[in-house]
Amino acid sequence: MTSKYNYDQLLSSEVKSLKPSAIRHFFDLANRMKGEIISLSIGEPDFVTPWLLREAGILAIEDGYTHYSPNRGFHDLLEELAQYLAERFEAPYRPEDELLLTVGGSEAIDLALRALINPGDEVVIPEPAYVAYEACTHLSGAQIRHLALSADDEFRLTAEKLRTVMNENTKVVLTGFPNNPTGATMSRHDWLQVAELLDDFPNCILISDELYAELSYGECHVSPASIERLRNRCIMIGGFSKAFAMTGWRLGYAAGPDPLISAMGKIHQYMIMSAPTLSQKVALAALRAPRNSNGEIELLVEMRDAYDARRRFILKRLSEIGLPCFEPRGAFYVFPSIAEFGLSSNQFCERLLEEKYLAVVPGSAFGPSGESYVRISYAASMAQIRTAMERLEDFVSTLRTASKS
Amino acid sequence: MGMTNDERRKLLKYMSNHARTSCEELALMLGLDEAAVEAEIASLEKDRVILGYNTVIAWDRTEDDPVTALIEVTVTPQRDLGFDRLARRLYSHPQVSSCYLMSGSYDLLLIIEDKSLKDVARFVSDHIAPAEAVLSTKTHFILKKYKVNGTDCSAQLADRREAVIL
Repeated sequence: MTSKYNYDQLLSSEVKSLKPSAIRHFFDLANRMKGEIISLSIGEPDFVTPWLLREAGILAIEDGYTHYSPNRGFHDLLEELAQYLAERFEAPYRPEDELLLTVGGSEAIDLALRALINPGDEVVIPEPAYVAYEACTHLSGAQIRHLALSADDEFRLTAEKLRTVMNENTKVVLTGFPNNPTGATMSRHDWLQVAELLDDFPNCILISDELYAELSYGECHVSPASIERLRNRCIMIGGFSKAFAMTGWRLGYAAGPDPLISAMGKIHQYMIMSAPTLSQKVALAALRAPRNSNGEIELLVEMRDAYDARRRFILKRLSEIGLPCFEPRGAFYVFPSIAEFGLSSNQFCERLLEEKYLAVVPGSAFGPSGESYVRISYAASMAQIRTAMERLEDFVSTLRTASKS
Repeated sequence: MGMTNDERRKLLKYMSNHARTSCEELALMLGLDEAAVEAEIASLEKDRVILGYNTVIAWDRTEDDPVTALIEVTVTPQRDLGFDRLARRLYSHPQVSSCYLMSGSYDLLLIIEDKSLKDVARFVSDHIAPAEAVLSTKTHFILKKYKVNGTDCSAQLADRREAVIL
């Protein structure tokens, strides 16, 4: 259909200059083949929201919770959340003015950038990184400073690397640990080094996306907000999606010093009004769910243990297949290198999909430093993971045989 | 090379849902030592903590479609016999797949599996009702199984996720 309107001219140049995903073709292909393929390319839990929480949602509907909530969220949930963050991550925040409930962690990232960025400001994004960081930063009008992390450092953010991109215009360092796509985590020591470096840059705020905090294996997640020197220059972003298998409920939060959260709250109030009411009721049930003898929320521990078992299995299989991969201790991803095959990660993934009906995500989707890697999600059943690893093994040996002849 | 209580709990919990996992894989997935897992399972079997490994089967999706019935049984416990002995006289029949001593309005609950409604009825009238000390029986037939031993019986479990999420 032709139109008398020139839409392309009508659109904002900011939006038009948003880069399309590097892996759009792969996306289309995978979606077309959905139903025939095994997908280890899904960045959300395979678990359905636990029944205890779904039931809380049903009760909330029955009780008529169909209205707006207060702008920042229901007070009982904010109080419960404050207690949870303090106990679980040693990150104490006041429920009345240092917490804000948002539409997923995504809204919180957007709010934080919008609240902070002035023309000329720079945002450092360590990569590989979740795709929304770059897009939100771009829309905020800030200059993006890419910082390539390396498998040699297990994709941790080192102070040494960070120093190379910092300057007096750096307004924000935007990190995500445990990381999507690498599964990398940061230790207390790592954060202390970063803290020391940031001491030289008093005009810089750390936005720390901790959506995967509860999915840390072996050691407990270290939030930068638990470190004295970072706490007051940090906006901690969390959510219920990954920990409680609540992606579709769209509920996240931001925690930080009152002036920053208040500024974010102003934007939130006009743009969103309030986070989904039903979801807040479900989240309250999640934080109040039965605890085990260690004081941890049982239904969450069960899911985490399941991920951890799959993580160990998949790492063993990758090492048998001979794909180099550091041991990730967070999220539900492994990020092996496919450098030996001389294919781009996009080519590798498209062929794997077409030839073996297995979908994993090209590392290049997460920034240039993700090239020659693939992201494999273990948010899938053991039966799927087992078959997927057999297919990957077949594919890899086909490639190796072909390169020899 | 014994296991801590926590490790044993972890092992049993995992096995209760994934009985077919090899010792090697159990060790890998739970972060335990393989030899220790093997030894622990052997000792749990020997101590009759692990009693068996059953497969959860939806028989109604096979060409056989046996019926399952719950039988409530009230008995008069007799001197020197007690419940255990009475129960054994009933549960030793191969048709009885489970047998429990109950609190409440009856004493023993038997779960019977047999080829047809008629077979169950005949079995109860021939072998359970007339047994010594049995006062009464009440038979309930199962019409549909939604969940068995923690396993959802649905014909298909839907994955409602998109093919790729970044």
